Amino acid sequence: MNEVTPTSAGAVVIGAGIVGNCLTYHLARLGVRDVVLVDKGPMPNPGGSTGHASNFIFPVDYSRMMTELTSDSTAQYKELGVFTESGGIEVARDSEREVEFRRRASTAKAWGIEVEIISPEEVRHLVPYLDSSVILSGLYFPRVGVVDSLRAGTIMRERAQALGGRVQASTEVIGIDVNPATGAVERVRTSAGEIETELVAICCGVWSPRLAEMAGSHIALTPIVHQMISVGPIPLFSGTVGEIEYPIVRDVDTNMYERQHGGDMEVGSYAHRPIIVSPDEIPSNEAASLSPPELPFTSDDFDPQLAQALELMPELLGDESVGIRYAINGLISMTPDGHPVLGELPEVKGLWSVSASWIKEGPGIARAAAEQIVGGISEVDVHEADASRFYPFQLTRQHVRARAREGFNKMYGVVHPVEQWTLEREIRLAPMFPSERELGAFCYQTAGWERPHWYASNAPLLERYGDRVMPRTAEWEARWWSPIINAEHLAMRDACGLVDLTAFVEIDVAGPGALELLQELSVAQLDVANGRVVYTSWLDGAGGFKADLTIMRLAENHFRVVTGGAHGMADKKWLLDHAAAHDGVEVWDLTSSLSTVGLWGPRARDVLASASDDDVSGEGFAFGTCREIEVNGLAVLASRISYVGELGWELYVPIEQGARLWATFLEAGRPHGLVPVGIGVYGTTGRLEKGYRAYGNELTPDYDIVEAGMTRPKVKAQEFVGKDAYLSQREAAPSATLCTLTVDDHRSSTGELRYMLGGEPVLTPDGKRIVDEKGRPAYVTSAGSAPSLGKHVLLAYLPPELAVEGGKLLVEYMSEQFPATVAIAGSRPLFDPENERVRA
Amino acid sequence: MEVIVCVKRVPMVGGRIVLTPDGQRIDTKLLGFTVSPHEECAVEEAVRLVEANGGAVTVLTLGPPEAEEQLRDAVALGASKCVLLETGEREFGPIATAEAIVAAVRERGGYDLLLFGNEAADTGDFQVGIRVAHMLGLPVATGIKSLEVDPGSRRAKARRQYRGAEELFELPLPAVVTVKEGINLPRYPSLPGRIRAKKAAVETSTPVWRDDGLSKRELSLPEVERRHAEVLGQGKEAVPALVSVLESIGLLT
Repeated sequence: MNEVTPTSAGAVVIGAGIVGNCLTYHLARLGVRDVVLVDKGPMPNPGGSTGHASNFIFPVDYSRMMTELTSDSTAQYKELGVFTESGGIEVARDSEREVEFRRRASTAKAWGIEVEIISPEEVRHLVPYLDSSVILSGLYFPRVGVVDSLRAGTIMRERAQALGGRVQASTEVIGIDVNPATGAVERVRTSAGEIETELVAICCGVWSPRLAEMAGSHIALTPIVHQMISVGPIPLFSGTVGEIEYPIVRDVDTNMYERQHGGDMEVGSYAHRPIIVSPDEIPSNEAASLSPPELPFTSDDFDPQLAQALELMPELLGDESVGIRYAINGLISMTPDGHPVLGELPEVKGLWSVSASWIKEGPGIARAAAEQIVGGISEVDVHEADASRFYPFQLTRQHVRARAREGFNKMYGVVHPVEQWTLEREIRLAPMFPSERELGAFCYQTAGWERPHWYASNAPLLERYGDRVMPRTAEWEARWWSPIINAEHLAMRDACGLVDLTAFVEIDVAGPGALELLQELSVAQLDVANGRVVYTSWLDGAGGFKADLTIMRLAENHFRVVTGGAHGMADKKWLLDHAAAHDGVEVWDLTSSLSTVGLWGPRARDVLASASDDDVSGEGFAFGTCREIEVNGLAVLASRISYVGELGWELYVPIEQGARLWATFLEAGRPHGLVPVGIGVYGTTGRLEKGYRAYGNELTPDYDIVEAGMTRPKVKAQEFVGKDAYLSQREAAPSATLCTLTVDDHRSSTGELRYMLGGEPVLTPDGKRIVDEKGRPAYVTSAGSAPSLGKHVLLAYLPPELAVEGGKLLVEYMSEQFPATVAIAGSRPLFDPENERVRA
Repeated sequence: MEVIVCVKRVPMVGGRIVLTPDGQRIDTKLLGFTVSPHEECAVEEAVRLVEANGGAVTVLTLGPPEAEEQLRDAVALGASKCVLLETGEREFGPIATAEAIVAAVRERGGYDLLLFGNEAADTGDFQVGIRVAHMLGLPVATGIKSLEVDPGSRRAKARRQYRGAEELFELPLPAVVTVKEGINLPRYPSLPGRIRAKKAAVETSTPVWRDDGLSKRELSLPEVERRHAEVLGQGKEAVPALVSVLESIGLLT
C-alpha cells in the first residue's frame, strides 16, 4: 500500500490537473518546499477535466483579469515548450456578429491583443476547407495556439518534486479536518493515511464543491456538459506535421468550434441544451466507461450541430470515409459569474479554492494563487475571482445551476457589458420595492438586490429636458439604458432626487479595539470626533486598492463601515481577517437589518426640513458629519455626504421602516420637485460628472492612490496596511494619472452618433496604443453621460506626458476612432469644480 | 441482396459495474448504451455485403423505445431501414426474443441473410440466432470470423476458428449467420451518415411476450480480484528481478 509520506506538510494541494500541478510547483518555487500533491487517480492523467480538454488558447478580450491570466498562462506554456501557435479565427454568419467583431477588435486592442478583421476570402486562404460563402467576415487572432496540458502538468509536477515537493497519486481524500476552536484547517485524511497541514488548496475542478463540503465550506461551481466529437482520419491532415497546422475556427454564431488535432478534426459545441450534473453523480475512475468527466455522448443533443458543421466545412466533414471516432459529453466547471473561484474560503482558515479554471488560465491562476498564499498579493489583480465574493444565496445549488443554465449558451454569445440575468431574480428586495415597482422601476441586479436603474414614471421629464437627455440611436448603447436616466440626473441637479441605497453593505465595528483595527486598515485618519464621516481607501500590502468606502464614527468605540454591495463580501472578509488579530473588537454585518435612502439636490434640505423638526441647516448639520434625527416619527441615522456631488444625506433606518421613510420623502418632496432617481444616476452620471472613482473600475490593485489623484496633504502618523508602499508612491513621480476625457465628436462613418460604454482603448492622435512605463495600457475605465455638461465623459489613466489638460487624443470604439479631449488631469470635478453644491 | 441484422441495446459499462439497489438491473444513470462488439461487426459485415452486391440492410432490435438510438447508430453506418420490436416492462428471454424476431421477419419476408452477433453483451445466452434459424427452418453458422456471399449462386461461405483449426461452412441462402468480433474492423459513422440516421423512419411494432420458463431473481457482482503492482527495483539493480519475471512468463528463455 502506498502510504502517505510525509505525514505533515506545509501545504496539501488536492487535484493533479493543470491547476494543481502548476500550483504545487509555484508554491515550492516560492518556498513551500514541503508541499504534497494528492490525487485519487494515477499520473500523469488522473482522470479529471484536464485529460479531455481541447487545449486551445484564444487571447481573452472580455475581462482585464482573464486577459492577463490567459496571457501569463500562455507565457508559462511557452516556457515549458508545450505551446504550438496555430492562429485562430472567429467567423461571423450574421450581421449582428460583424458589429460585435468591430467592437471586440477595439477592446482587444486595449489589451494589446493582436487581432484583425478579415474577409471571407482571407479566411478561406487560411482555412482552405472552409466554405467562405456561408460567412460574412472573420476575426483573426494570429497568436492563438494549442498546448499539451498533460505534459505541462507533468513538467510542473516534476519541477516541484525537484524542489522537495511530494506527489501522492492514486490517493483519495476522504476528509478535511477543521479545528473546531480556531476554525482552521488542521489535517487532510486520505485513503492512504493522514497529513497534518494548515494549508489545503482545492484544485479539483468539477469535484471541488465536494471537497469544500468535507470542511463545511462551499465552492460556487457546477459541472456542466460540453459536447465534443473527433472526426477522422481527415485525408488533408495526413500530410501535416505535429498536432496542428491550420487555424482553429470558432463558428461563434452556431456556438461551435472546429480544431485540427493531428489527423482528426475536433468539433466542440456550446449550442446544446445546458446539461448540468451534480459533482456527486460523476462516476468514479473505476466505474467510468472512459474517464470520469467524459460522460456518455448524447447524440440527440449534438445532431442539430452536425448540419451546421457540414455547412461550414462541407468537403472535409462531408467525406463519407471520415468517421466520428470519439464523442463525449465532457464535463467543465461553470460559476455564477463565469470567473474562477480563487482564494481562501470565508468559512475555513487555511482552506483555499483554486477552482473553475480552464486550460487557458490554469498556470496563471495557479501562480496568482501561490503568490497570494505565500505573500498575500498576486501580481495579476484577481479580485474579480475572489472566492469570498459570493453571498450565501449565491452558493446555493439552485442559484449556481440557474446561472450555469442561463450562461452556458452565451459562451460564444454576443454579451452586452451590462447584460442582466433573467433567472433567479427578486432574491433581495428593499422594503420600498413595491413602491418602486409601481413607479415603473427598471431593475439591474446587484449582489442579489433588485436595484432600480431608472423609473418609467419619470418619462414625462424627457419632454422637459429635450435633447439634454442625450438620446442614443444605436441599439447597442441604448440596450439596458434609457434617456430617463439622464432626465432623472437633470431633475436631481435642478431640485432633488431620492435614491434607494438599501443594497449598501453596512458593517459595524465596536469595542475598545475598534479604532485600532480600523486605523490599521484605513489610509485616512479615523481618530476623529464622534459623528464624523470619513471617506477612505483600504490598501493591500503593496499599496494597491483593496477597498474604497466610508466609515462613520458613531461613538467612541463604535464605527459603521459602509461599502458597496458588489464588493461587500470581500471587504467583510478583509475586515474579519484583520479583526482576528485584535482584542476587544466585535464585527457585525448589519446589511440585512438596515435600509438606506439617499436624498440629494439643491432642494434636499428643504425636503428633509419639511419632514423633520431637527436642525438640518448648513450650520446645524455640517458636511461630513452624521447623527440621529427624527423623520416622520422614525429615528434616522443621517450622514451628510454625497457620491453625486449634491447637497444631501444618506439616511439609515431599520429595514422594516425603510418603506415608510421612502414614502415620507416621495410625499414631502413633491412640492420641491423631488423625483425618484435610479442607480443609473448614482453609479454613473452623477459620479462621473464629479470625477468620483469607483472600486473595480478606477480603483484596483493595479493603480495607486497617487495615480488615482486621491493623495491627501498629510499622511497619518499611525501605521496602516500599505503605508510603506504609499509613502514611496508619494515620493516617486506617478507612472499614470487618472484623467477625465470628453468626447469631441460622436459621429461615426455612417453618420450615427455613438457613445462608448467602457473598456475602449485610448490612443494617441495618430492612432497608436498608449502604454505607461509600467506596461499598463490606457483604456476607458468608466464611461457615461454628463448631462449637466452635455458631454459624454470617459475616465482613463494616462501616462504623465499625455495627462495634460486640453490634450487631444483618440478613443477607439467599434473599430472607429473618435476624437477626445483631456478635460481634467487629476481629480478635479468637471461639474461644480469648487464643490460648492455639496457644501451648500 | 437483402440483409437483416439483429442488435441489442446494452449499457456501455466501465471497469466496475454498479447495480441498482434492488439488484434487478445495472445502474445506467450515468452510462451510455451500445450494442455488443460482435453486433457492431455484424452491422459492418452487412453494410459491406450490400456495398459490394447492392440491396439494403435492415437493422432490427427488440427492446425499449430508447433502443431506437441503436437502430439510428446502425443507419449512420450504412443500414437503411429500422425495425423496433418495442417491449414494455417485461424482460424477454431468448425464446421469447427469437419468437418475436421470427414473427417480424416472416411478416417482412424477402431477405437473403439474417446476421446476428454471436452473443449478447449482457445476458450472453448464445441462443437467439440459433433459435431463429431453427424456427425458420434455415441453415445457421455460428461464431463466424469470415463470410463470403455469392449472390449469383445464392450461396455463402462462412469460416470459423475452432481449437486451432478452421471450419468452412457452405450455406444456401437465405441463411442465418452469427458473427464474432474480428470478422472485420467496423467503421465509424460519418457526419452525413449521422444526419441520415437522424432522419430515418423507424417501423415499430409490439411483440408478444411469453414465459421462457426462466425468471431473474437478482443480479450480483462477482468478487473482483484485487490487482496489485510490485516495484521490482530501480535502475540497474532491478535487472535480475526483471529478467526472472520475463522468464517466468515465457518471454525470455
